[in-house]
This record gives sequence, structure tokens and C-alpha cells, in this order.
Amino acid sequence: MIINLIVHFCLLILMPPLLLGIINKVKALFAGRRGPPLLQAYFDIGKLLRKGMVISRSTTWVFMAGPVVTLAAVFCAGTLIPLGRFAAPISFTGDLVLFAYLFGLARFFTTSAALDTGSAFEGMGAAREVTFAVLSEPALFLVFFVFVRLSGSLSLGEMLHLAPAGYVSGAVAPLVLVAIGLFIIMLAETCRIPVDDPNTHLELTMIHEVMVLDHSGPLLGIALYAAAMKLFVLSSLLLHVLQPFKSGLAWLDWLIFAGGMMVIAGTIGVVESVMARLRMNHVPHLLVAAIILCGAAFVLLVR
Amino acid sequence: MKFTPIANGYSIPLDSVPALGWPDFAACLADGVRRGQRVSAYFGAAGARPDSTKLYAILADDEANQTFAGLTEVEGGSFPSLTGEITQLHLFEREIAEQFGLVPVGHPWLKPVRSVRSWTKRDAWQRKAGEPLVPGGCDFFKVEGDEVHEVAVGPVHAGVIEPGHFRFQCHGEEVYHLEIALGYQHRGIEAALLGGPDRRSLHYMETLAGDTTIGHATSYCQIAEALAKCQKTARAQVIRAIGLELERLANHIGDLGALAGDVGYLPTSSFCGRIRGDYLNLTALLCGNRFGRGLLRPGGVGFDVDEARVAEFRRRLAIFKKETYNAIGLLWENQSVMARFEDTGRISKAIALELGLVGPAARASGLACDARCTQPSGIFRFAQIPMSVQDSGDVFARAFVRWLEIQKSIDFIQEQLAVIPAAMPQPLLGPLAPDSLALSINEGWRGEICHVAITDSNGRLARYKVVDPSFHNWAGLAYALRNQEISDFPLCNKSFNLSYCGHDL
Repeated sequence: MIINLIVHFCLLILMPPLLLGIINKVKALFAGRRGPPLLQAYFDIGKLLRKGMVISRSTTWVFMAGPVVTLAAVFCAGTLIPLGRFAAPISFTGDLVLFAYLFGLARFFTTSAALDTGSAFEGMGAAREVTFAVLSEPALFLVFFVFVRLSGSLSLGEMLHLAPAGYVSGAVAPLVLVAIGLFIIMLAETCRIPVDDPNTHLELTMIHEVMVLDHSGPLLGIALYAAAMKLFVLSSLLLHVLQPFKSGLAWLDWLIFAGGMMVIAGTIGVVESVMARLRMNHVPHLLVAAIILCGAAFVLLVR
Repeated sequence: MKFTPIANGYSIPLDSVPALGWPDFAACLADGVRRGQRVSAYFGAAGARPDSTKLYAILADDEANQTFAGLTEVEGGSFPSLTGEITQLHLFEREIAEQFGLVPVGHPWLKPVRSVRSWTKRDAWQRKAGEPLVPGGCDFFKVEGDEVHEVAVGPVHAGVIEPGHFRFQCHGEEVYHLEIALGYQHRGIEAALLGGPDRRSLHYMETLAGDTTIGHATSYCQIAEALAKCQKTARAQVIRAIGLELERLANHIGDLGALAGDVGYLPTSSFCGRIRGDYLNLTALLCGNRFGRGLLRPGGVGFDVDEARVAEFRRRLAIFKKETYNAIGLLWENQSVMARFEDTGRISKAIALELGLVGPAARASGLACDARCTQPSGIFRFAQIPMSVQDSGDVFARAFVRWLEIQKSIDFIQEQLAVIPAAMPQPLLGPLAPDSLALSINEGWRGEICHVAITDSNGRLARYKVVDPSFHNWAGLAYALRNQEISDFPLCNKSFNLSYCGHDL
């Protein structure tokens, strides 16, 4: 039990940058390049943490609080979600609402820090971020409704740990829809192609990257790390839908979990390689599609 | 009275271009543009008297394959603006105002072009001598309203490109108006050429816009040869054309890769970045420099090719051709890429014509103007490359015109290498003809390059005018952004890929 908790925190803290490395490696392979080392994101964050900071005189404490509160909120969300087939460190009835709004808190502080700079670019990025969140948040709740309906529980730990038996009894179709919807939500929330391009240098087209344009050194490192951890937490949520089986051996289940996470990262890499990003005014269409998919899944269950 | 016909790549005595009275001059200009002619150049030169200024206009008729030169002389510190009637003159008039301190009376948006001092004692804006001039330092067009916001980009850009300032008036994500301020790259090339040609002149031309080295060098060499009445060999003309097409290939392929990169489509982006380098290396195979510096010199070419080099060239080109088709073919097959390209930054044919756009941007809007076909010079008088035209005027059309031109350029180079004329001794360039006007128009990869030279009584350059295609097309980019999403600006910008230093000179 204690060992599982330790593994949970180790994975939550150490694994997120690896996912970025896998995504970039897959993208490089598709582009015919060798690509950066798998561990490049760790090197980048380490380098940034050792650097100095340039802080604009027009900013206030909100600017500093942005990345820090975001990381704290995402980390707390990471303690509420069960990883693989193991229990979450913290679990109580209704924790799914806290889970969803911890991301809301993170978003509030990221966008506030962006607005605090007074830059036109960052204002546009913040506007885009909250506009798209208006659509991705209800989609996420519809995902939870499906699980609540299936499991009869309001706690993340119990509702995500459905027995594989729960899957065969007429729930396969809703879960397929939920998996697709959740994948879209994850791409949008973590600002991957087709919603945002994490590699672009064009500030007029960015969403997430432009909001941290004025952050430098350790603050930028924290922002990068928080983004990676958000990807990790949302991927682990998706993995619950895709992989419900349990071997019974703790070490094997942890291996299956880690492997599953890498497969998801690889899939994101493939998606990013084979398609261009959407035009900004088409992004809401994609998110509405996610709402419809998850909503349809819920309707299938309550009909 | 009419404008004087002048053949592209030839010179005529100055006294065969009569100075028209202003009403005649304005009427000829307006009449020509109404009949579909383009203003290739409109510039000032020192007048016969201390207080007068000569204004030259070069009109190109793409249907009749003719070019015309017109001249008028204005007294004092102003002349009537024709921009209201002939929109494409707007930047030319601003340039005349800046260089000669002449006020184009009635110009709707009279601002400096490059923020530099005038060549005369006059100043069109009555600025004091000590007042510092900063590019982008003037007022910008402003849209008022509670929900309208302004976004300023540059002059330092996120990508490693040249400096320029962009001012967007936006409503949410939608751009109402974009104004572009340039001049940060001004080096004074036109002024430096006066009194030439000397040993530096060719190098000024080669570095005027670094990515159009061969294009501008070709025009400069043609001007020098026209004024010196020098007959270059057929072999030299073929090598020049191959160099020009290689420059087009490298830049078009680089542009398509960059367009793919801007929409986040990695495979084409990465492959094209590498293949562009391969074509630059082919240029290096000809002359030892990837950008073609030193390949051309007045009277011929700086480097001849032997059979072994031609064989190596053809072997490499065959490989690159296949790779180019593979990498760029991916782009048109990908629906998500096409969704971004289509209907973005649309410019209608009427607007393209009114703004006087040139090059792939004009052909993408359905204008049939390609100097290789409509104003041919050099080897293009004998071996023509079919013109590539699209009609949708959006980013897709500008990208697809490039792709069509890539295919045709590769075929052209392969054909020319197979029948390259025998080597002959190259002529030496003699002294330039005095009191003459020479014109050279070429199709660089970005569009029409127009050079005009006027010599004094000693056969030295008294005025040398360079019109880079970017000078015509920046207004097109600003127009393309109207009512577009601001997030599509980088994509539109890349689809034009205009030169900052070619504009700033």
C-alpha cells in the first residue's frame, strides 16, 4: 500500500517530461529526422531552473504566482486521480468536481499572469484559452457523468476502477465514444495539434505558449513542467477508459500503466505528425464534437 | 503625345524620350493602366534646372509584350498625386516624396516609405534637419471603438527573419486593417550606385536582396550590356537562366516547406528544408556559392561549366526531382493542410490588378503576368516556360502556383542542360553609352524585377532605379489580411514571403 503510494508520487513527479520526449521522438521519426534525445525535456527544465529571470516592471505578484499556482493545482489533481489499477492517494465522494476545478484554478492563474503583463499577444492567448475552456469543461463533465452512471459512485477512485465485466454489459459503445471525446479534450487542454502547435514560434497563432511568452528562467521551467504534468494527468484519465484490465501483480500493473502512458504519448505524436492544426475559428467545432460524443455516450446509458 | 516604346534589355538615347507636359503625362499613364498595363517603375531624377525634377514612368503591357517609358518634368516642391485614379502608384509617389522632397498633392496616405533624408534640400513633411528619423515612427491608421484593439508586431520578430513593423487593428480575432512600416534595412544602394559602374556595383546588386542574388544580378548585367552594346554568348545566357531557375526552385521549395511548418504539418516542412539546401548546393556546383554570388558578370558569366560538371549536375537533379515530388505531393493529399490553405487571405483578380501585384501572388489571383513569357529577355526569348496561373487568389493558389512553377523549372533546366550551346570567348564590356536610358525586366522568383538606368554625358550612372517585386506586393499582403483571423497572419505572410531588404534598398 505504502509502496504503491510512493510509486504513484514518483511517477507523477518524474514521468511527465518523458511523455513530451516520446511525442517529439515520434514526430521526428515521421519527419525523417533523428530528433532531440528522449530526455530532452528534463534537460530543458533543469537548464531553465538554473537560469536567472527577467521580469517586466509592469507586472505584479500575479505574474509570479501564475506558473507556481498552476503547478500546485495540477499536482493536487494528480493526487486525486488513481493511476492504473491502484487507488488514488486522496479520495472522497465528489472529488471529481474538485479535480475538474483544480484545472479551472490553474487556468485562472495562467491567464491572469498572462493578462498581468499587459501584452497584446498574451491577452489574445488568454482570450483563446478561456474561450476554448468553456467548451472543453462541459465535455469533461459529460465524461464523468458516463462513469458515474456506470459505477454508481461519485468518487474518482471507484468510478474509474470499473471491472472489465462492466464493459461488456452494453457499455462498450458509450465507452468508445467517451474515449474519442476524452482524447479530443486532452489534445485541447494540453494545447497539442490540431488545437495548438507547441513547436511554433509565431506568437500570433499560439494559445498556451503565448501566455508564458514573458516568463523566463525558473518560472518558464515551472510552466513547462506544469504543462507536462497536465498532459500526464489527463493521459492517465484516458488510460482508464482504454485499459480496464488488472493482472493482480503490483509490479506488472505498474509496468502496464507506464507502457500504456507511453503508447498514448506515441499516439499523440502520430496525430501531430499526420495532420495540420485547425484554423482558430474551427477549434470550437472540434470541441463541440467532443461534447456531442460524450453526450451521446451518456444518452446511450440512460435511455 | 504618347510614351516612348523601349525594348526590354535595350537602351535608347535620352533625347528620344520627350518630356511631356503634366496633363499629357497623367493622361498617358491613366490611359495605359486603364488598358491593362502595369506601372513597373515610377521614379524621380534630377531635373535640367536646379528647382525642377524629372519624373520617369515605365509601363509594361503584358498582352502586347511591350514596355514604354514616359517622362515629365515638374517645377517646385509639389506635383499632383495620381493615386486616387491609379492605386498602384501609391507607394511610388510616397517614394518620390521621400527621395526628392516633392509633395504629391492629394495623396490619401502620405507617409515616408523608409524614413530616410531626401536627396534634395526639400523635405515633403517639413521635418527639421536635426530631427531623428525612425522607421515606423509615424502615426498609424487607427480604428476607434470600445472593442477594437491594436496589436503591434515587430520590428524584432519571433522567427529569424528581417525587421519590419506590423500594426493590426482587430476586433477580437478578426483583423480590420493591417498597416506595414518598413525601412529598417535601408542601406542607400540607389545612391551608392551613382557615378558608377565601378567594381562594387555588381556586389551591391548581388546583396540587394540576398535570396534574389541571381535575379537582381541578371537585371544589372543586362542594363550594363545594353548600355555598352555588348553581345553575350548563347552559352552564358543559358547558364544565367539555369541559375535563375535554381534560385526559383530553392526559394519556392523553401516557401512550401515553411507554409507546411506554419500550419504544423511536419513531414513536408522537414523534407523541404533539406531539399532547398540541395538546390542551393546545385547553384554552388555552378559557381562555388550557394546563393549564386559571382555566377554572373556583365558580358557573360563568371564560371563556365565542363562536361563532367554538367553530368554531375544532371545526375543530382534527377534525384532531387524525385524527392521534391514526394515531399510536396504529401501537402496536396492532406485534407487538414488544404483546409488551412483554402479560402485564407483571398485577393480577387480586380484587387490584384488595382494594386499592381506581380509574381506568384499576381498569378495566383488570375493575372497572366510572368516576365519570362510576357517580357522575355535572354534565353527566354527562345525557350519559354509555360505560365502557371490559378484563379482563387488564396493561400492555396499562391502555394499551388509555386508548385507548378517548380515542376516547370526543373523540366526547363533539364532541357537546357541537354542542349547547352558550345563555349565561345566571352566579350569584354566596353564603356557605357552616354545620355541613354536602359531598361531590364526579369522574372525573379518573387516576381518582376525592374531596373532602369540613366547615364550622364560621360557614360556614368546618373540615376539607377531598382524596383524589387516586394515593392509592389507588400500592399497585397496588407489587403489579404482584411477580415481574416489574426492567427492566419503568419500563413498569409509566408504565402507572399516578401523581401524587407529588397523593399528598403
